[in-house]
Amino acid sequence: MISRLVIENLKHRPVRTGLSVVAIGVQVAMVLTLVGVSEGMLQEQQRQKRGTGADILVRPPGSSIIGFSYDMPAKIINVLRENPEVEIATGTLVQPTGDISSVTGINLEEFGAMSGGFKFIEGDKFKNPDDIIIDDVTARQKHLHVGDLYKNTLNRDWRVCGIVQSGKLARVFLPLPLLQDLASKSNVVTWGFVKLKDQAKTDEAIKTFKERLPEYKIYSTEEFASLISIDSIPMLKTFISVVIGLGLFVGFLVVFLSMYTAVLERTREIGILKALGASPAYIMRILLAETALLAVIGSITGILFTYGTRLIMSTFVPSMTTVIVPHWWPIASCIAITGSLIGAIYPGLKAAKQDAVEALAYD
Amino acid sequence: MIEIRDLHKTYKQGDVEVQALRGLDLTVAPGEFLAIVGPSGCGKSTLFNILGGLTPPTSGTISIDGQDMMSLSDAERTNLRKKMVGFVFQKYNLLPTLTVQDNIEIARHIAGEFGKPKDPSFEQALDMLGLRAKLDRKPKQLSGGEQQRVAIARAIVNSPAMLLADEPTGNLDTENSELVLGLLKRLNEETGQTILMITHNPDAAAYAHRIVRMRDGRIVP
Repeated sequence: MISRLVIENLKHRPVRTGLSVVAIGVQVAMVLTLVGVSEGMLQEQQRQKRGTGADILVRPPGSSIIGFSYDMPAKIINVLRENPEVEIATGTLVQPTGDISSVTGINLEEFGAMSGGFKFIEGDKFKNPDDIIIDDVTARQKHLHVGDLYKNTLNRDWRVCGIVQSGKLARVFLPLPLLQDLASKSNVVTWGFVKLKDQAKTDEAIKTFKERLPEYKIYSTEEFASLISIDSIPMLKTFISVVIGLGLFVGFLVVFLSMYTAVLERTREIGILKALGASPAYIMRILLAETALLAVIGSITGILFTYGTRLIMSTFVPSMTTVIVPHWWPIASCIAITGSLIGAIYPGLKAAKQDAVEALAYD
Repeated sequence: MIEIRDLHKTYKQGDVEVQALRGLDLTVAPGEFLAIVGPSGCGKSTLFNILGGLTPPTSGTISIDGQDMMSLSDAERTNLRKKMVGFVFQKYNLLPTLTVQDNIEIARHIAGEFGKPKDPSFEQALDMLGLRAKLDRKPKQLSGGEQQRVAIARAIVNSPAMLLADEPTGNLDTENSELVLGLLKRLNEETGQTILMITHNPDAAAYAHRIVRMRDGRIVP
């Protein structure tokens, strides 16, 4: 009976119900999109690292899983090469370009031998000093083809000489010595990549490297990929927590206003229910059930919205890989439902405490 | 049996104390149809609100079917409203979002009777009220007279000890007024329902077995 009353009440004010559902949906979509972008970008990182074909990754002392603020001497790559089990070792330099993107300096021959080579969709390798290679996602986002200018990067314009399939190491590439020179980072690299003659000897090789280079961060590619997660990046985790907090507050606010209005509007109806013998708990139950239903429909709407936000992101910012995160659906829904129920408490109490005689006299 | 002795009710209107009832005495026999008439502000509605458990009295004694209402807590008065009292208001007071059927059923749900078989006398009353064909309609699809008949059906669905009708024909034209009053009278005669009705209208009061007059918070001869 309560469910029928709740559904009819929601149907009775379709605009108010619709706006509340959309507002809760936006809140859910906000959380899910943020997590989807974060996980998408981390998954892209994993894919890119796996795409190098390397068995072992080496990072400078003190460096974090994600971040390019630490470099190491390029001679470390020679130390890696000394190991007889190593087939290829190469270093790359990552140079941030002011926005959230970066340019990666590579030795194309060594990297090609390690990864099986770039798959060129358009164009070819570096030939001229202003040549730059980009991946297909960057080309799509910036509407570039071979021969076009890749503007304002590292204080100059570049000419796109090749567009490669995404998924290997990075999105934008320059020759390593050129980037080292431009960045005033001669003889340093950000990453060391090692391909072994026998992949089965990865653990053994890592042990040897750690003895030789005790301060350096040395991972197998799979171990590194498994470490790339939201939990391993403290700033991201904090950011997501802040957005979740905001979501909770927005849900609270939307439902508080919506239910407060509903209670004022239904003063007389609450009086009728009380005259019929409804207890304060019965009145509260109706409002909480109505709120929970709004929050559930809002959560489903929010989940559907994330398919829309993913489409928008992939159309306008394809470099920010956004994924659908079903394992976050219950979390985002719980946040919305909790915020909403908290928002319904005060209006609910106001309704429950309403004087029946005054409520019945309300026009 | 309803017995009221020396009933007082004082409430505050801003800083001013208003004595709505000033030592009211009244006895209503089971199965009686009683009309209470009197000018505005004489305390009729206050008496109904107290009898219906919507507000507590200040002093005096009231017992309904032997139950002392003076000692009831808020929660107990709420329970009293579920089964002992049925209200019929001037403005019908139906829930606008629910159908006729659901407006009646919600009273049963609140009383904890939802899903249980209805009293056969209610089924008889439903036929008498002529509502069978309108059970799926919403209040706004009904005339005033029809809405008041739904309100009567809702008021008696839990077989209350008394039906309190506060100006039940106040919003109706003459034809519908006569229809509703006729139904209340039939209901009283055929099911033995005790009815207390407030009215300004002497013609309406004439439908009752007995008429009592109120003035200044008391019953007057």
